[in-house]
Amino acid sequence: MPRWGMVIDLDRCVACQACTAACRAENNVAFAGPEDTELGRAIFWHEVLSEVSGEYPNVRGTFIPRPCMHCENPPCVRVCPVGATYQDEEGLVLQRYERCIGCRYCMVACPYAVRYFNWRDPQWVESLNNYRNPDVPIRPKGIVEKCTFCSHRLPVPACNQACPGNARFFGDLEDPDSVVSQLARGPRAFRLLEDLGTEPKVYYLREGA
Amino acid sequence: MEDREAVLFKPMEKTGRGFYLVVSILGLILAWAAFAYSRQLAIGLDVTGLNRPVYWGLYITNFVFFIGISHAGTLVSAILRVFGAEWRRPITRAAEAITVFALVLGTGNIMIDMGRPDRLLNILRYGRFQSPLVWDVVSLSIYLTASLTYLYLPLIPDLAILRDRPSLPRWRQWLYTKLSLGWTGTEVQKHRLERLIGIMAVLIIPIAVSVHTVVSWVFAMTVQPMWHSTIFGPYFVIGAIFSGIATLIIVMAILRRSFKLYSYITDQHFSNLGLLLLVFAFLWAYFTFSEYLTEFYGNEPAGMRVLFAKLTEEFSPLFWAMWLFNFVVPFVMLSNRRTRTVRGTILTSILINIGMWLERYNIVVPTLTRPRLPSPVSSYLPTWTEWSVLLGSFALFAMLYVVFSKVFPIISIWEVREGGEIAARQAPGVHAAEAAAD
Repeated sequence: MPRWGMVIDLDRCVACQACTAACRAENNVAFAGPEDTELGRAIFWHEVLSEVSGEYPNVRGTFIPRPCMHCENPPCVRVCPVGATYQDEEGLVLQRYERCIGCRYCMVACPYAVRYFNWRDPQWVESLNNYRNPDVPIRPKGIVEKCTFCSHRLPVPACNQACPGNARFFGDLEDPDSVVSQLARGPRAFRLLEDLGTEPKVYYLREGA
Repeated sequence: MEDREAVLFKPMEKTGRGFYLVVSILGLILAWAAFAYSRQLAIGLDVTGLNRPVYWGLYITNFVFFIGISHAGTLVSAILRVFGAEWRRPITRAAEAITVFALVLGTGNIMIDMGRPDRLLNILRYGRFQSPLVWDVVSLSIYLTASLTYLYLPLIPDLAILRDRPSLPRWRQWLYTKLSLGWTGTEVQKHRLERLIGIMAVLIIPIAVSVHTVVSWVFAMTVQPMWHSTIFGPYFVIGAIFSGIATLIIVMAILRRSFKLYSYITDQHFSNLGLLLLVFAFLWAYFTFSEYLTEFYGNEPAGMRVLFAKLTEEFSPLFWAMWLFNFVVPFVMLSNRRTRTVRGTILTSILINIGMWLERYNIVVPTLTRPRLPSPVSSYLPTWTEWSVLLGSFALFAMLYVVFSKVFPIISIWEVREGGEIAARQAPGVHAAEAAAD
């Protein structure tokens, strides 16, 4: 049984956000519109986090592409009262849309904030109405959704396929010879908020090494 | 004796203009809140101010607040009963009723917070015991059942008294006959009832403690900064009893005034409960100080961001108002005999309830606005829908209370009779209170 994992090389990433765009199209992610986006209601299964640190002229921008970490030890799964969030046998953290009661406890418990709530009925801009992916279900209002590592098209997540810089790798972490295993063992590899003990299966390769 | 008791039956026998006025005002507020909620059902939680990362807001604050208030009944009627504090007799029923109605409101608010309330039963179908929310469901159900029983048991002899009064309408007599379960007041019945009440009084204390502990664990079991705290259990229990007593004082003041119960709810009650309130103000301050000092000294970045959001940034007005209402005001007002008057105690209680609501808000929201990873939006402004639901919650609480005190005696008649001598001993102070209030 594979243990799916992802490696993102921050040296190769140019923060173009092709991954984010591809993810939205692939997974039928609804449009929040300008007003709701302003309020923080936009849904992004994949997002490029940016942080600016330092003061002019010594400013430094950091970009971190952020899918779901698919933790080995997921805090969200632990707190779900109905088992709508679960970890499948291949280590993916998935969501049963038809069971979720919308309590948002999983969102509150996730230290990476990768979970998204449907604040209202899903909407798209007119021109995109004929371009729904039939492989991915539409989520109704009132429930939580999240990145699935594109479980419907393993082992090639849409974000990885769209990456123009070849910064992203995907594969079986259980297989010691796989590219992701080798990279994850390397000296540049790190994970987000590692000290929380969540054991994320998304590895990053440090910049400038 | 009969003369003095007439005032206890009056609310049930006569319906004045005041009753209709209060019920219609509350009804209007409730209709408005129902409209706001039905709009939320139709559109979704989009109508609230919630967002990412502030996934929980006013509704969860209300939930914790109302569950906290529910501890009034347990404290007064169970703890004071177990310790044999005689002065509790006239106020036990009023406190037990607070418990039941506050629990209804608490659970109601958590259902209002749900994205899919139509799937509520999934908790029974698929419930997983590793989720603290399921612990909540279990302990809240037990608490609601136990406190309903605990409200009902001491009501039985009173229902029999009402059954035997011919002045009440037919349907009410029928209701009292059914509910009094053939109570005739024999020695055997009395003995059995006392035993049952005694057992319930002891049982309900650990249940109540478990309820608020589990509510705190919903937060403390996550790894989020300033939630993941080992003292949250006892801290929440202390806060719950604190706001519970304050609510009881407010309710007592309203009952005393509107039903003219000056000879039952005396100044001494306000003074005694005021002192208890003072003790809990100190306990609350101690827990809060320990919690914040530990967080500050540890200097962990994620925790410090939340801490300073409260101390100096956007939540600071709410944070310092909380300290003012929960500690400074009670300390000044209640430790001084000249200000620990009935009026002073009532005023302090109102401020404490505002302060404790703020405390819940200050626990729920600031943590969510400071996630560990960078996030674009991190503010929360409740919308009119949420405020309407808050207003509606208080209105429903009052409505349940008004209707209850219309149909059932809000002062336990038989228990007061039983403790008659004690009431007689306090009588001199009573007339002074009556004179002062008129």
